[in-house]
Amino acid sequence: MSFLLNCPICGTREVTDFAFGGEIVVRPQSRPGERELNAYNYFRANTDGVQREWWWHRAGCRTWFQAERNTSTNEVLWTAVPEITDATQAPVSPVAEARAAGGEELR
Amino acid sequence: MRDIFRQSKMWHTPSKLKDNYEVVIIGGGSHGLATAYYLTKHHGIKEICILEKNYIGAGASGRNTTILRSNYKTPEGARFYDASVKLYENLSKDLQFNLMFSQQGHLTLGHTDRAMFVMHERAEVNRLVGINTSVVDADEVQRMVPAMQVTDDAEYPIMGALYHPPGGIIRHDAVVWGYARGADRGGAEIHPNSEVTAIHKDGDRVTGVTVNGNQRVNGGTVLSATAGWSSILSEMAGFELPITTHILQAFVTEPLKPILDKVIVSSQMHVYISQTDRGEFLIGSEIEPWTTYRMNGTLNFLQESTRHALELFPQLERARMLRSWAGLCDLSPDYSPILGKTEVDGFLVSTGWGTYGFKAAPIVGVTLAELIATGKTPELIKPFEVERFYTDELVSELGAAAVSH
Repeated sequence: MSFLLNCPICGTREVTDFAFGGEIVVRPQSRPGERELNAYNYFRANTDGVQREWWWHRAGCRTWFQAERNTSTNEVLWTAVPEITDATQAPVSPVAEARAAGGEELR
Repeated sequence: MRDIFRQSKMWHTPSKLKDNYEVVIIGGGSHGLATAYYLTKHHGIKEICILEKNYIGAGASGRNTTILRSNYKTPEGARFYDASVKLYENLSKDLQFNLMFSQQGHLTLGHTDRAMFVMHERAEVNRLVGINTSVVDADEVQRMVPAMQVTDDAEYPIMGALYHPPGGIIRHDAVVWGYARGADRGGAEIHPNSEVTAIHKDGDRVTGVTVNGNQRVNGGTVLSATAGWSSILSEMAGFELPITTHILQAFVTEPLKPILDKVIVSSQMHVYISQTDRGEFLIGSEIEPWTTYRMNGTLNFLQESTRHALELFPQLERARMLRSWAGLCDLSPDYSPILGKTEVDGFLVSTGWGTYGFKAAPIVGVTLAELIATGKTPELIKPFEVERFYTDELVSELGAAAVSH
């Protein structure tokens, strides 16, 4: 069933206006091992019920925002633009860290 | 002759569940039933129960577009699906039930140089593993499908196609019913309206399931063959899968004169078209990009798929739509299935079937039955273990499995 999403910038639009960014997964904070990194890349809860997810207003303001949607009914319960975190505090990606250290590259 | 008009049941439904089974199969679709059938036939295992939360064949087995083919892009994938098509070729005889397999041939249309390049690659991979697939030019496509509009003057001009003669369509319900009858005759128990609500473990070893919230059933091996609902079952067993669940939709027109005897697929136009034995045009499309467990269709799908179908078959302009439906797809990151053992001992999965599960039912049944009976993963399905995602050794079928690429 199609549904509507409330873009925090533009207001309510059809789902076809947006691109789906997938469920929100917690990013590994320190440098992960191969197994942990691949678990983060591929494995998902795929909840039947309310889940927090990313959406991108592709045909509108092109803002990335978060939504809470019930995947059993497609009812969108909440949308908001996440707070912008301090760029210097953002976690360093494992690949960038490995490059900076001049060490082994991750596959 | 009298039997034609006599009501007879294909399989019987036992009144109640026993406490113990050797094998518990969750999901009464083509994969679960095929596994039960080959367990009884090849390995003599009879203590099997099949638990289906709805009626038999209610999920993806009853909602697919019935296309069979094996023209995949990786040698692992091509070999696997080829074994499945070969089993399908003899399945009517094996099950003593007419599955109406029409091996009419399968055409994947190419609209760009890049698409034609990928088709040549697929044809080469197929040739090397002994599958009949070749690239044909636009004139040949027109000759094979006179009713289709093949022209340069189109939004998606047809430059050629990947022709796969063994591909075709089959009666999907008959496959489910045939396997159900075979499994039943072999001694397996089929329980509809039996939803698994919990999975029990002793340490890392699976011990059984709870059915409908109140009945405990013990099993030495538990197989989850639940397609779109796989993540729910794996969560009960205590682990995550690399699966997201999406809807895939299709519709049929009213019955029309027979004008199409090939399966037509266009990746770029996101459409696949065949004409059923009844004359209905069966048109399917791409999955919706967002995840959902709600099996309702979208207007967006009907608009896009009818538009593209009309570009290829303008004569369908006044055809009326008879019905449309949606089913759940369990999509894996590399568009290849996830089969066999998991981190929970004795708990097996058949998942990651995206848009291509139905065509694999017989080979999944044969290989999983062998795995259950012997405890060893057959060579054919070794590349498809869930472990590959942890080590990043994917079997990418993005170029051949999905409609969009």
